[in-house]
Amino acid sequence: MLECVPEGPVEHTIGKINPAKTCQPIGAMYAALGIHGCLPHSHGSQGCCAYHRMHLTRHFRDQVLASSSSFTEGASVFGGAVNLKTSIKNIFAIYNPEIIAVHTTCLSETIGDDLPTIIKQSEIPEGKRVIHTNTPSYSGSHITGFSNMVKSMVSYLAQATEPVKKDQVNILPGFVNPGDMREIRRIVDEMGIQMIMLPDTTGVLDAPQTNKYALFPEGGTTVDEIVDTGNSRLTLALGSWASDAAGAMLVEKCNVPCIPLRTPIGLKATDDFIMTLKEKCEVDVPKSLTVERGQVVDTLIDTHFHYQGKKVAIFGDPDIVIPLTEFVLTMGMIPKYVLTGTPGSRFETEVGKMFEEYQVEGSIAKADGDLFELHQWIKEEPVDLLMGTTYGKYIARAEDTPLVRVGFPILDRAVHPLMPITGYRGCLRLIEMVSNTLLDRRDRDAGDEDYEMVL
Amino acid sequence: MAINQEVLDEMLLPYPDKVQKNRTKHIVRKNPEEGCQQIEANTRTVPGIISQRGCCYAGCKGVVVGPIKDMITITHGPVGCAYYSWGTRRNKARADDITPPEQIYGAMCFVTDMQEPDIVFGGEKKLAKMIDEVVEMFHPRAVNVCATCPIGLIGDDLGAVTKKATEKHGIPVLAYNCEGYKGVSQSAGHHIANNILMENVIGSGDAEKNPSEFVVNLLGEYNIGGDSWEIERILHDIGYRVQGVITGDSSVEEMKNMHIANLNLVMCHRSINYIAEMMEEKYGIPWLKINFIGVEAIKKSLRDIAQVTGDETFIRKTEEVIAREEARVLPVIEHYRKICTGKTAFAFVGGSRSHHYQYLLKDLGMEVVVAGYEFAHRDDYEGRSVIPTIKTDADSKNIPELDIKPDPELYKEAHEHLNLTKEKFDEICSRVPLGNYEGMYPDMNGGTLMIDDCNHYEAEQLVKELKPDLFFAGVRDKYIAQKMGVPAKQLHSYDYSGPYAGFNGAMNFARDVANAMTTPAWKFIIPPWEKESENKGDINA
Repeated sequence: MLECVPEGPVEHTIGKINPAKTCQPIGAMYAALGIHGCLPHSHGSQGCCAYHRMHLTRHFRDQVLASSSSFTEGASVFGGAVNLKTSIKNIFAIYNPEIIAVHTTCLSETIGDDLPTIIKQSEIPEGKRVIHTNTPSYSGSHITGFSNMVKSMVSYLAQATEPVKKDQVNILPGFVNPGDMREIRRIVDEMGIQMIMLPDTTGVLDAPQTNKYALFPEGGTTVDEIVDTGNSRLTLALGSWASDAAGAMLVEKCNVPCIPLRTPIGLKATDDFIMTLKEKCEVDVPKSLTVERGQVVDTLIDTHFHYQGKKVAIFGDPDIVIPLTEFVLTMGMIPKYVLTGTPGSRFETEVGKMFEEYQVEGSIAKADGDLFELHQWIKEEPVDLLMGTTYGKYIARAEDTPLVRVGFPILDRAVHPLMPITGYRGCLRLIEMVSNTLLDRRDRDAGDEDYEMVL
Repeated sequence: MAINQEVLDEMLLPYPDKVQKNRTKHIVRKNPEEGCQQIEANTRTVPGIISQRGCCYAGCKGVVVGPIKDMITITHGPVGCAYYSWGTRRNKARADDITPPEQIYGAMCFVTDMQEPDIVFGGEKKLAKMIDEVVEMFHPRAVNVCATCPIGLIGDDLGAVTKKATEKHGIPVLAYNCEGYKGVSQSAGHHIANNILMENVIGSGDAEKNPSEFVVNLLGEYNIGGDSWEIERILHDIGYRVQGVITGDSSVEEMKNMHIANLNLVMCHRSINYIAEMMEEKYGIPWLKINFIGVEAIKKSLRDIAQVTGDETFIRKTEEVIAREEARVLPVIEHYRKICTGKTAFAFVGGSRSHHYQYLLKDLGMEVVVAGYEFAHRDDYEGRSVIPTIKTDADSKNIPELDIKPDPELYKEAHEHLNLTKEKFDEICSRVPLGNYEGMYPDMNGGTLMIDDCNHYEAEQLVKELKPDLFFAGVRDKYIAQKMGVPAKQLHSYDYSGPYAGFNGAMNFARDVANAMTTPAWKFIIPPWEKESENKGDINA
């Protein structure tokens, strides 16, 4: 596998080889699917929409509906205004969504289509909405696109309509799976706190089989709820790459204070999340959560010898990778290589700080990197475990290194999107995946005389 | 089970007038009284419609040039397009005597990852440097450069960059101006890829033909799930030599010498008929439309090929192979046929497969009641006889047509390529449809539907109306159908199974289709507490 990859350390300075990120619009599409009754609309060539739907569908194994302006050469020369107005008219006539969330592509951005003006000139039925966000594929990554779309939801829809802030909290979960959103909601519910989650893809991308087909499934944050985020007393922005922008917009537009936190992956980030809720909402932490936490610590102690001291390479999206790195440090492992494809030097600073805190030496943290680079590092000095998306599987096979699949996208294993890696339950799941993967490996490599009943 | 015209008309009523007018032309209910009915195809998608179509880049890079295993394909543009077309099409490749493992790049993804300054100031320098770095690091035999949407707009001259790189590195570096907005679907990209390969690769080798061999090329076969390997196995068993495949598990090394073939076999008519035609014009090599999907279709294709050789040994060997393979696979297929027979299906795939798979389903006793292509042209529905009557529109005009002239040294008449006398050749032509494809229409039953560029709304309405037992489409529609309670199989990627071509493929397909319909979970959809309480009182039974 990958025999074509050069042996010696080589460095490439231009472009990406085996990228660890993709383009903005897919993130915007995913975010928009988290609004109830929303049809995401891709303003560009129809291939973008087809690719984004395909990729999301493969990860979630659920329907992903979205429409396209279907640019042809004419639209590329004369601008896409006619295509977008026609699209909006047709979408409401044929599919009748509550809201259309338009995002751009590198084509419409390069042309410079003025979306707010085109939308203003479009026929929008009474009570329906059209929002938009700019998602040029030539900057940032899919995470930037997600962030931009959530920010646009706030800037278009959120309103401070009440004289006094309501006793409710906005939770911006970031680019995580519906399984994680369910888990985050469960924790907040358990603490007896009222919340609005934005966006919320539960019920949309982990929809149950009911024998009744719905074009727009039951899930998603309703438009009314998005409006109401302006009346909340607090926002928790989980994962700064995906959620800070919308959080800041809520401060600016509706005067809702925002606390940026890490995505609650691992013991410490989950602790921080629960402590913040406890203090800010002045509630007690229920015993059930204390028990769950205790189970995690107990398991860490019980299983540490399966993984302590093992070297791991982690790659994926920054909001996932940062707290995951923190958790593997908590587990006593050594994060040797930590890489994200998303640009932003903050990533390197944050991960670097953790290395210092845990006195890890000789590890690398890199933003805007690619998997070819990661492979080069691993060839230079191997690791015991890879943690990341499906795209790591080639390296895993080439270097005979086990892979634990986390993040987006996972194209070759099912059920991941329905299961959490967040919260204390997510901790248990991560411990289980890491331990079992390493133990499977130990069993595989053991001679008959070392192949044991109890491990 | 047919749909009547009134129901069909009613289905289109909710459309806005313009859309209704447009879509009506793309839907044909077969009326056997009428001869061949005209369908509209290869025209613009209605904006805002949830279409199944992709773009020009997807057709060029994703379908045709991506699978070439020993070429590095650099996508020039922002990161997305390269990323989505990386390993997602299941076109398998392996090392062989001609291509060692270190020359296979299928698991890799190369992209210039253009950033905002590149869009503003142009990306040519970046591209040139990336080509240099990649060639230095990987030493590929050849490089493809595929354009994405912004390239055409900002005016990067791909041709100039690749020309310089070709001179500098002494290997072919080919430019494909396959920006996503060109044409109306993937189809434009197929055509662009065909042109570039024909101009720069095919015929550039200097292999000599061994006169004792009968050599074929397999065109329009992408080795999804290992299809091509299964087809080649059968052809080799009969005694043919396969020179090259476009482009499943193919190498530029093999494609260079495809001009030495006696006969071209065309699997996917839509994506590759251009090369078949151009090779006929340039070298005189005849082509034959074949279909290796479904036992009956395979038998017909193999017999047609044997007839064309005019060689008794091939004719005899063909029957031996057919008998041997049928003895092996028919009992297995029969087992699944019992489960499948009498069932109905929809088939919406990109191009030729919506037609090919009807044969396989017929083998299983199933009927396709609605079929359509994403990006076909009228000839894929109505047959090649309509080609002269198809008017080019603005969207197809911007795909260049190559002006192919007969090669002064290599051109031979078709019968000479086949080592036949003119008389014998003419006699065979009266029996075997060389250089022709009759399209899907003749194989559809009366009352069934052909739909071009079918969209989500139409598919949903038709499922409700006709309640098919199986839904064949791509991954984007799979889960929609299943949420409607209809088992769905992906015909683009075979739900990660395969091969589906050839005799082994027919067995695999039969098993997969039967499993999709019989998986026990379908019976568990309604929870017991929502079922009619007919079993009340049985609690202690």
